[in-house]
Amino acid sequence: MAASLQSAVFLSNRIDPHRRLFASPARSLPGTKGSILVVRSDGRISGRLSGRNLITNAVAVECCFTKADTPTSSTDSKPGHELLLFEALREGLEEEMDRDPRVCVMGEDVGHYGGSYKVTKGLAPKYGDLRVLDTPIAENSFTGMGIGAAMTGLRPVIEGMNMGFLLLAYNQISNNCGMLHYTSGGQFKIPVVIRGPGGVGRQLGAEHSQRLESYFQSIPGLQMVACSTPYNAKGLMKAAIRSDNPVVLFEHVLLYNLKERIPDEEYVLCLEEAEMVRPGEHVTILTYSRMRYHVMQAAKTLVNKGYDPEVIDIRSLKPFDLYTIGNSVKKTHRVLIVEECMRTGGIGSSLRAAIIDNFWDYLDAPIMCLSSQDVPTPYAGTLEEWTVVQPAQIVAAVEQLCQ
Amino acid sequence: MSRLPWYMYRKEWYTSVPDGLQRPRLTQKSNSDDLLQREVSFNCPDLLRRNLTVAELGLSPVAGRAGPRRSQGTGSSPSDRGGFLHESQTPRAVGDTGGRRGGVRALKFVGEVVLEPCRGIAVEFLSLTDRGDDPEMFGPEDPNWKFGSEPTITVETSVPFTGHKIDPPSRSVETTPSELLSFFREMSLMRRMEIAADSLYKSKLIRGFCHLYDGQEAVAIGLETSITKKDAIITAYRDHCIYLARGGTLVEAFSELMGRRAGCSKGKGGSMHFYKKDSGFFGGHGIVGAQVPLGCGLAFAQKYLKEGTVTFSLYGDGAANQGQLFEALNISALWDLPAILVCENNHYGMGTAEWRAAKSPAYYKRGDYVPGLKVDGMDVLAVKQAAKFAKEYALKNGPMILEMDTYRYHGHSMSDPGSTYRTRDEISGVRQERDPIERVRKLIFSHELATASELKDIEKEVRKEVDDAIAEAKESPMPDPSELFTNVFVKGFGVEVSRNTCMSFGADRKEVKAILP
Repeated sequence: MAASLQSAVFLSNRIDPHRRLFASPARSLPGTKGSILVVRSDGRISGRLSGRNLITNAVAVECCFTKADTPTSSTDSKPGHELLLFEALREGLEEEMDRDPRVCVMGEDVGHYGGSYKVTKGLAPKYGDLRVLDTPIAENSFTGMGIGAAMTGLRPVIEGMNMGFLLLAYNQISNNCGMLHYTSGGQFKIPVVIRGPGGVGRQLGAEHSQRLESYFQSIPGLQMVACSTPYNAKGLMKAAIRSDNPVVLFEHVLLYNLKERIPDEEYVLCLEEAEMVRPGEHVTILTYSRMRYHVMQAAKTLVNKGYDPEVIDIRSLKPFDLYTIGNSVKKTHRVLIVEECMRTGGIGSSLRAAIIDNFWDYLDAPIMCLSSQDVPTPYAGTLEEWTVVQPAQIVAAVEQLCQ
Repeated sequence: MSRLPWYMYRKEWYTSVPDGLQRPRLTQKSNSDDLLQREVSFNCPDLLRRNLTVAELGLSPVAGRAGPRRSQGTGSSPSDRGGFLHESQTPRAVGDTGGRRGGVRALKFVGEVVLEPCRGIAVEFLSLTDRGDDPEMFGPEDPNWKFGSEPTITVETSVPFTGHKIDPPSRSVETTPSELLSFFREMSLMRRMEIAADSLYKSKLIRGFCHLYDGQEAVAIGLETSITKKDAIITAYRDHCIYLARGGTLVEAFSELMGRRAGCSKGKGGSMHFYKKDSGFFGGHGIVGAQVPLGCGLAFAQKYLKEGTVTFSLYGDGAANQGQLFEALNISALWDLPAILVCENNHYGMGTAEWRAAKSPAYYKRGDYVPGLKVDGMDVLAVKQAAKFAKEYALKNGPMILEMDTYRYHGHSMSDPGSTYRTRDEISGVRQERDPIERVRKLIFSHELATASELKDIEKEVRKEVDDAIAEAKESPMPDPSELFTNVFVKGFGVEVSRNTCMSFGADRKEVKAILP
């Protein structure tokens, strides 16, 4: 973020009013407990709170995707509060619903049941049935209804119980959600957030382990983000709700129980920005969502073997943050993309094309892309394991790249 | 129609003072009936003793025309004038002050019985969309406006309403002369526009898909009459006339059809994507049936924001078989949304007749637990009555289905001749017996509201208006190439794209390029 701001000022000599939202953290929104904190993607903090030692980049190398190792006894001394990823999503959602009465949530079992992954637990008693809406199992129509409501100014957050179910609503998402702003000549904006868990879980079967990033990525007018930690989950949720564009927020079924410490202050992350997880020198590893943790596991092994990988969580699947990625490529000259999407037509293939188009001269080796196999996810545990990319494969790929 | 037709907007009707006469000005609160009577008493000394009503004076409300044809003649027939005339009066034109916002054409009537409203009439011609912000304009938006001196005409609809799980409204509909004349004018305008679009398509100025609405105009006009601009209408791709009814201009419509910059969607939408946000017209959708969940979402927002308005989601008999419709209906009924689903049943889903596509072609009954009403969609007064009834119902009780039994003369679109799946006899039969414009014409004649020549004049005027609009739309330029990338995203979070430097981040990037310092 800092880099992008710097370059923007450098090149355009103009301050965009939207950028100021991030550049001046002294401004606090009404009704919030604290002031907005601007946290740069490389970990620097700006604003008057910069003196405090906030844990901004909380996903340390040791953090596995199964559980966190933070001892609970020292929680009082550290700033911020610890919570699980689904709680972070809920916090973000709740803060936005408090802030703007037009935000509503619609989905299956989000209300009285509390959400199938507890993301919306407690919201229905607090906000009532009109703002946290239990819909029947009719994705096509309730997505359409969310879009229709957004056309008049409401800001619905549409939850698909599993991303795969949103395929039923694909027509509404593609034609109405993505295109209405354009085909109406700018008259209508569609500030919806479409969110839901996707990805390969624990033997959920083929139809419940779908990765829809590849299907949605070419819809014009749609923005896609994928969260991976509680910190960026909350920040991206808030940014997505505040954005006037339709945003699809990809969560992952297996990441809901990640625990992390996040700041108490209100913060919003940039939707189009990538996150530098681990700076390095030898190879750039681009990843998102659950694969971040596989990569970090592999990074441990790689560090032991003497490699210094730079790990970037791209977060923004559409559009790509080519700025951060480009700077990284410029530094390391080798790229490895690790994703959970399918090999054919996935995010990795688009990213690869984008990097080749822009940074060809900086590359010393062909871009390697590790993605899931082009098969329906099998039920058997061992087979499922081999559908997705494992840390061992990542280590082997890095070794091959760095020869 | 929530707009008055042009000849009703007579600013000076009640305010101009004839020579040497004291006249009470029409105040906001006065009943226009009273005013007319008072004015009569002022002007006719021998009648001072009592107030006469309009009828007693031997007057009849007549549609006026504003047109340059009204000329220097004396001896124009009494029916040429506007307002209420006594036979002794003859019109005399005093000049045409032209100007847009219509043109203001002044007419003065001289006669012995100087009836106030007929004396200094300045007829202010307004285009269909130009309501004007004139504070002196009296119109239905003014809560104290009464049509007053206009008699109400009660008409029975041709066919009674059929209800499903609801008591249908009565067959008698009230209307006024000016409303009927406005129906005639507006429907003729729509008819003319669609026929002009037909010829434009054949001369390749309109490309792609063009779905024409002629034959179904009564639905658009009837709906519009009973609702306000705050109520929302959403429809599918047969949207040109509904766009006009909602307040769109002819120029915008034709420009959009021809893909020009002046179009309502800046040329980027096309025939199937007409929208008008400020008057509650939400389009304009290409995928069959997808607009119905959107419409229910609009109703949801109206309920959420407590607006007290309703949404009419229009769809066709082909879309009535879409699952998402029933899904949306279920949700609307569950949540009591003010959504009215209007099935414009023109009996053909492109090339498939309704009996071949639907096991149950009684679309108004398909809602099951949701009440429905079957309406003769070629009768504008029936549509008006049904829309009013539905709005009242939906605001209290939740969704309702209206089935409009209507017909389209053209094929499904311009690429469909329309005669391979139906006979020409059927088309001409409906045109003879059920044409909405003819019906209104007959009503006008039977109540002697205008003569045939006056209606012909209106048609000629309408034709000219459409031709002028087409000419103006043809002048409009094509969109700029940079418009390709505008309106894809709304500027928001993220960094702005600077065109010269081709930064690639930010949602609205124009090129996928990054330049590193």
